[in-house]
Amino acid sequence: MKRQIPIIITFLIGMIMIFSFFIPPLEGLEQTCSLFFDVIAVFAFFLGGGNLMRIHLNKLRRRKKDWGFSIVTLGGFFIMLAAGLLKIGNPGGIAASPTTEGSLLQEIFTYVFLPLQSTMYALLAFFVASASYRAFRAKNREATILLIAAFVILLGRTPFGMMLTAWIPESFSVLQVPNLAIWIMNSPNLAGQRAIMIGIGLGVISMSLRLILGIERTYLGDESV
Amino acid sequence: MLSFPVTGQVIDTVKAVPDSELVVVAPVTSLIAADHKYDDGKMIDLSWVPSIDDRLVEGNVMGYKVYRIEGDSEPETIAELAPGSNAYNDQSVERGKLYSYFVSALSSNAETPSIRTAPIQPQREWLNIELINVLIMALVLGGAVIYFIETARRGKKLFVRKIAGLEAVDDAIGRATEMGRPILFIPGILDMDDVQTLAALTILGRITRVIADYDTKIFMPVSRSLVMTAGRETIKASYQAAGRPDAYSDDMVTYITDEQFGYVAAVDGIMVRERPATVFLLGAFFAESLILAETGNSVGAIQIAGTARPAQLPFFIAACDFTLIGEELFAASAYLSGEPKQMGSLKGQDVGKAIAMAAILIGVLTATIGEAWNVEWIQHITTGLRDIFSTR
Amino acid sequence: MSDVAFRIPLVVLSDIGRVISLMFIGAGLLWILVRSLRAKEVDRRIVFLFIFIAVAAPILFPITFQERATLIVRRLFDKVESLPAGSRVLLAFDFDPAMAPEVQPMADAISRHCLTKGHKVVFMTLWATGQALLTQSLERVVKGEFPEKLDGVDYINLGFKAGNENVLNIIVTDFRMMFPTDVNGVPLDSTSIFDDIRSCKDLDLIISMGGGKPGIKEWVLYVGDRVNVPLGAGVAAVVAPQLYPYYPKQLLGLLGGVKGAAEYESELVRQYPHLEERGTPGLRMMGPQTLAHMVIMAFIVIGNISYFISRRRERKR
Repeated sequence: MKRQIPIIITFLIGMIMIFSFFIPPLEGLEQTCSLFFDVIAVFAFFLGGGNLMRIHLNKLRRRKKDWGFSIVTLGGFFIMLAAGLLKIGNPGGIAASPTTEGSLLQEIFTYVFLPLQSTMYALLAFFVASASYRAFRAKNREATILLIAAFVILLGRTPFGMMLTAWIPESFSVLQVPNLAIWIMNSPNLAGQRAIMIGIGLGVISMSLRLILGIERTYLGDESV
Repeated sequence: MLSFPVTGQVIDTVKAVPDSELVVVAPVTSLIAADHKYDDGKMIDLSWVPSIDDRLVEGNVMGYKVYRIEGDSEPETIAELAPGSNAYNDQSVERGKLYSYFVSALSSNAETPSIRTAPIQPQREWLNIELINVLIMALVLGGAVIYFIETARRGKKLFVRKIAGLEAVDDAIGRATEMGRPILFIPGILDMDDVQTLAALTILGRITRVIADYDTKIFMPVSRSLVMTAGRETIKASYQAAGRPDAYSDDMVTYITDEQFGYVAAVDGIMVRERPATVFLLGAFFAESLILAETGNSVGAIQIAGTARPAQLPFFIAACDFTLIGEELFAASAYLSGEPKQMGSLKGQDVGKAIAMAAILIGVLTATIGEAWNVEWIQHITTGLRDIFSTR
Repeated sequence: MSDVAFRIPLVVLSDIGRVISLMFIGAGLLWILVRSLRAKEVDRRIVFLFIFIAVAAPILFPITFQERATLIVRRLFDKVESLPAGSRVLLAFDFDPAMAPEVQPMADAISRHCLTKGHKVVFMTLWATGQALLTQSLERVVKGEFPEKLDGVDYINLGFKAGNENVLNIIVTDFRMMFPTDVNGVPLDSTSIFDDIRSCKDLDLIISMGGGKPGIKEWVLYVGDRVNVPLGAGVAAVVAPQLYPYYPKQLLGLLGGVKGAAEYESELVRQYPHLEERGTPGLRMMGPQTLAHMVIMAFIVIGNISYFISRRRERKR
């Protein structure tokens, strides 16, 4: 029964969502089901938050390795929670939006969260360089084509691309690097992306059917599959 | 109180202005009220030709007012529109009631109403005929999947090509066991409502059976609470099926944070400290994909990645040892299980691909020939093909 | 001592700094090239160091380039420019601080353009972290540069609503069901900007800026494909390739990354020269991007040289 009920719910909701696309009176149901998921997901925040607190409090209590960082984690958690819920320092008081300019939440967001997030995203610049250095080797024909395309795109996204090929006559303007870069994005890249998207779409249909019909049950913890 | 005659008669909106100083504009014409097609009877579409004074360079039209009359009641204003407007959708109607409309063209001190439309009742349609092509396509694809599932169930052997990333799973787990280092499984950063996360969890269920047999450690940091719950259920069931329920611990699956880069920072830290021998990056990833893959590479882990987000595939291909591209991620659980029912669904997908390839080939040929030689009947084929695959 | 006397040393310092950093990068790459001829691989930390200098130097000693908008950017610019004053434009700030360096410049430029043209702008976001960025943008661009514009009349901030694509599913037919009030609790019915906006169908243009999920694809799927409203996009560079299939039918124009922002800013400044003094961060960031691209290309060449030489040596053995 423990496994049957989720499978039945999955089947019913799956069918409703499919039929509501074709049957106008059921359109509202699709929206309702979507809202239901959001409500459930919000309740799940308590589970996740509780798990986070349990792990770090446990680390603190037992003085496990790196327990000092758990203080930082828990401290950040509770400070942001208090700042948002109680609207600490909010010029508009408790009724105003939590992110009103001047509120503690907005200050922490602007001066702590924003720089931290930007720092993590900035790591990509370094990793792109090291991954390119390691991966773009002309080992075979396909890798060579990839290498040439990467070069054209890299050059095309800078002003030097135009400077280097400005001498090419207008009748052959597609060979100018920026235009070549745009052609690569619009033609071979687009064709490849579309092919992958068609494959993904079909894969999603097949996977979804397996889930809705209850053929695939591993995610429910069904040992028999 | 304004009166609203059937024929257009100017009404002054500023009582103090004498009639001779009223700015009179021409009314709108050809006002049509029609039931909105293929809805639940909740909308009526209005369209009209704007006032001729609106279309002049120095027109005097300041806007339009849309009036609705429900049955025999007094007219009510339901919208005020900018000059140039020629359509309005009334979405506040109720099925079963009769409505009629008129639109007034507004000047600076007067309004000129149009002729009133005949009463109309919004209708409910039970089937959106415009989407019939989508329905047929869905039935064909769904039918193909179910047909091949049945065929496979009856014992017919179905050929599925080798997928390098999935062939390497056992070796990757064996490597971790030999080196005495853990396995890290990252199911993407989206929630349980995303099919990629579900695909990742189904693969998790398959590989943890092997992990439980080999008695290797597995860590699964997640960024969604629901995924944490589902992940625990999946791993626990696998350990129970392998006869090792005592070896399972809830701490194998931990929730980090919903925040994308906070999650990435935590996972990177786990990778650098725990130095896993094998990393599975399966599911929906975004900008963090390369950060995770490069960090995994730097600690010497063998990495098997898979995602259905085309933007992240190049990063995984550059930084990981094996990559499951798009549909291979969804095929993985069927491939790993080897079960006839699951394998049948993969063949069903191939029918869809065959249809897509045929349509592309025919479409490209007809579009090229039709344009190059201006052959009308071939151009009709192209248009027809486009309409078949359109959702509008 | 006059102002000019102080300014001259700064200009000279800038030029010197530019020259020194370019010489350092050039010399360093030459040294690594020599090493690669001996089939020696480069430590990834050296790669990181060069990238750091390539990005930091143009920021400290500004290097800027002229830009010309490509067709895909110009189409969006021309649409905003051609809409009559008073048109209803929705700007969705669907990005987080990580994407902000790429997307915020284009978001600010588009907001500036819409307000200069006198359009009525509805701001909203589908991302929780987008709300704070939206607030900052409003303070900086709207209230800072257009103090005469009134909240609720010329623009409105609907803020963030949880629900991802479910929000779009609802606002495509009824804004008020999802947003009964704006971010400050003012009912939409009491604002004049929403007098004739019932749903997305009543908008004249929608521009979504971001690159993650929910983002442009969701706007195309749940709104663009269902209503006949032009849809534009501004995204991080890595996301742009996968949106080309939607251009030009479902997406009327697309700004990709810093280059897209720089192109839009250059068009904006060309059309309205007085806006240049309000800042062009996109154009400024093209300097670091260009230099970083050149360094990455150099490392790819060096890596291939090292690879071919070591492969030849192995064959000889």
